[in-house]
Amino acid sequence: MTASATSAASAQDNTSAGQDKTNAAGSRGSQPPVPEGAITITVKIRRFNTEFDDEPRWESFQVPALPTDRVLNLLHHVKWYLDGTLTFRRSCAHGICGSDAMRINGVNRLACKVLVKDLLAGGGKATTITIEPIKGLPVHKDLLVDMEPFFEAFRAVKPYLINYGQEPTRERIQSAADRERFDDTTKCILCACCTTSCPVYWTEGSYFGPAAIVNAHRFIFDSRDEAAEERLDILNDVDGVWRCRTTFNCTDACPRGIQVTKAIQEVKRALLFKRV
Amino acid sequence: MQFHKYDVVIVGAGGAGMRAAIESGQRARTAVLTKLYPTRSHTGAAQGGMCAALANVEEDNWEWHTFDTIKGGDYLVDQDAAEIMAKEAIDAVLDLEKMGLPFNRTPEGKIDQRRFGGHTRNHGEAAVRRACYAADRTGHMILQTLYQNCVKHGIEFFNEFYVLDVLLTEGEDGPVCTGAVAYELATGEIHVFQAKSIVFATGGFGKVFKTTSNAHTLTGDGMGIVFRKGLPLEDMEFYQFHPTGLAGLGILLTEGARGEGAILRNASGERFMERYAPTIKDLAPRDIVARSMALEVLEGRGAGPNKDYVLLDCTHLGAEVLETKLPDITEFARTYLAVDPVTEPVPVYPTAHYAMGGIPTNIHAEVLRDNENVIPGLYAAGECACVSVHGANRLGTNSLLDINVFGRRAGIAAAEYALAHDHVDIPENPTKVVEEQLALLLSEHGHERVADIRIELQATMDANASVYRTEETLKQALHDVQALKERYAHISVQDKGKRFNTDLLEAAELGFLLELAEILVTGALARKESRGGHAREDYPNRDDTNFMRHSMAYKQGEGLTADIRLDYKPVTFTRYQPMERKY
Repeated sequence: MTASATSAASAQDNTSAGQDKTNAAGSRGSQPPVPEGAITITVKIRRFNTEFDDEPRWESFQVPALPTDRVLNLLHHVKWYLDGTLTFRRSCAHGICGSDAMRINGVNRLACKVLVKDLLAGGGKATTITIEPIKGLPVHKDLLVDMEPFFEAFRAVKPYLINYGQEPTRERIQSAADRERFDDTTKCILCACCTTSCPVYWTEGSYFGPAAIVNAHRFIFDSRDEAAEERLDILNDVDGVWRCRTTFNCTDACPRGIQVTKAIQEVKRALLFKRV
Repeated sequence: MQFHKYDVVIVGAGGAGMRAAIESGQRARTAVLTKLYPTRSHTGAAQGGMCAALANVEEDNWEWHTFDTIKGGDYLVDQDAAEIMAKEAIDAVLDLEKMGLPFNRTPEGKIDQRRFGGHTRNHGEAAVRRACYAADRTGHMILQTLYQNCVKHGIEFFNEFYVLDVLLTEGEDGPVCTGAVAYELATGEIHVFQAKSIVFATGGFGKVFKTTSNAHTLTGDGMGIVFRKGLPLEDMEFYQFHPTGLAGLGILLTEGARGEGAILRNASGERFMERYAPTIKDLAPRDIVARSMALEVLEGRGAGPNKDYVLLDCTHLGAEVLETKLPDITEFARTYLAVDPVTEPVPVYPTAHYAMGGIPTNIHAEVLRDNENVIPGLYAAGECACVSVHGANRLGTNSLLDINVFGRRAGIAAAEYALAHDHVDIPENPTKVVEEQLALLLSEHGHERVADIRIELQATMDANASVYRTEETLKQALHDVQALKERYAHISVQDKGKRFNTDLLEAAELGFLLELAEILVTGALARKESRGGHAREDYPNRDDTNFMRHSMAYKQGEGLTADIRLDYKPVTFTRYQPMERKY
């Protein structure tokens, strides 16, 4: 990973009146009608196109928004009406696909799951929203990062059911209590909010990171699975669970409400006491 | 340009694509191309369940499931295909469980099942518990489980590769499928994939509508590519509106909520479905519930300040059922509408949800080039395909079933075909179509904005081609769409770069949306009857004499503004005679 292409790299905040792009050179013709009750939000976005730019910069846009709008609506407004080069991933727009993880006002969130009204601190007085790419993964373009290292860590923990016995003709029997044991970690959508909120991951990219451990947990504690030890061995590695410093950033960041730190602790405990 | 050679190439990595890949990848050299990452696919948004007559909690059998599917589809279903789907449903669910899917369990530890719209005991007597589920994230668990198993089997993915063309080579007996052409989003490079078999599993095109449960990325690319090759699309006028979208937003709230006992009420608190479907009430099929809701609003019984929605009442279910069996939709209502389903009813209104029509295939997932002949080597499965198991209206849960049953069939058939045949030469100049298309989009030839055209398209489709339609509204929609196509010829793409040019991507997607919208409206205008999801106010009855047949739309000529020719294909019957549809 090259430092200059990483969102964690520092960049100067060079937003100034002269570079404010609102309805300026980047604007694309007439603007759509402003809905009743809209307020004007300053959306400050960290821009970086590795195809043309040497370093990242900040750019601000004035966007009309309803308090119930999602941050994703603001980004679409910029892309569709102000600057078509603004680049980010998104798909489902309601917090299920995990495409639009980004750093919003300094914390990792899905842009489609944060409403404008929840970001207006000081009784609605603060109307600037800052958006950066998630940290710790190389930036390709604006808010779009290279997800490959993240998925590589996921794949490394054998994230699939392993069972060496003969397959039954019907379904495997599993009690509701055994099913409940790993319910929380089945909710993961692989958005990377947790992993890229982890200070250890920012400095040690080789650390598996919370998401990979969550997905290992999902199988380690599944009564139908027989490879808990294989996965625990993998996570006992120098880049495994022991890197975790229980800062709880991951739990706070998870848009699915998974108790990520707790899951990591359960894996640590399974390693210490050799039982699942 | 980069060149790749595989036995099988699968386009799309949602449920159908990955289910196909798991079969194909174990038999033949397989690549999966997706414009997203596999786990971003919209299968993950499905909530309520996947039906199979496991009979784990009460008496059931697959023949009842077959009948419900055919009746639910208002008899436009091909009955041989429906029978295969209902029969193979049982193994499809058991296969997923063996792959690791964490279904909810009964007290005995078996896969639990719940009620769902239109699924009944003994041909309509009462609602039956047939839907196997994992809380209200069944689709998420299917998508994750399939991806996990693709990782296990080492399936090769090309992520963020946007397929824009399929290669057909003229043979002695007609065209043969020989490859696909993709645009790599990361680099802007064009890649040619030569293959013996291609499987399309590219999903739906809900983004022709404004209010939709569909993802931004569901733009019907696969259907559009096939149509542009002069191949037919089947039954495109049949589009499903899911009754319970969050009002004003369209975000899906599962029918599983009603399966667990939730009730639809109008402004006065009346359980209005008792009037429209006296036997199974709120669990009537989606087309009937959506129309009933629209009527309540039209006749002034809607709730809210503008009387423009109805209410989904879950309050009597209790916090525990909501938190354990319906946690995601509970959170959606809280997050997006600031309504807590535990204590107050949730505003809902129909939302554009699912294309019953698509690329016509036979029961082996082979793509048809007319009513009888297939294109050797070309396959399709899932929402982009039309087998047709959903007919005029799909039953809830049957899409998760469709992707698993016919995704599996497509993967096996594509691999077996590839093993039995040699590569056929790709046509000369394989990248010509894609290069010209992209060059045109990037060239300076006007000032039309993609967003403006897309928003106007979605507005006219919502207003004129949604739950209820008339000759007048459809003609308006057709007029609007054709005018938008003219304007599309003058769009400008602001981003001229090579790297992750999503501005260009959205422009290409809009081209498919416009074309598919026109096909939908053209089919709807010609179908002068009401059947399933296609409700014509001016022709309120089903007309089996004239319209018990599938529509087949063909492109006539070149370019975006070419004409559409409609043809028809007979429905396959086995043992079920059409009856009046009452619930």
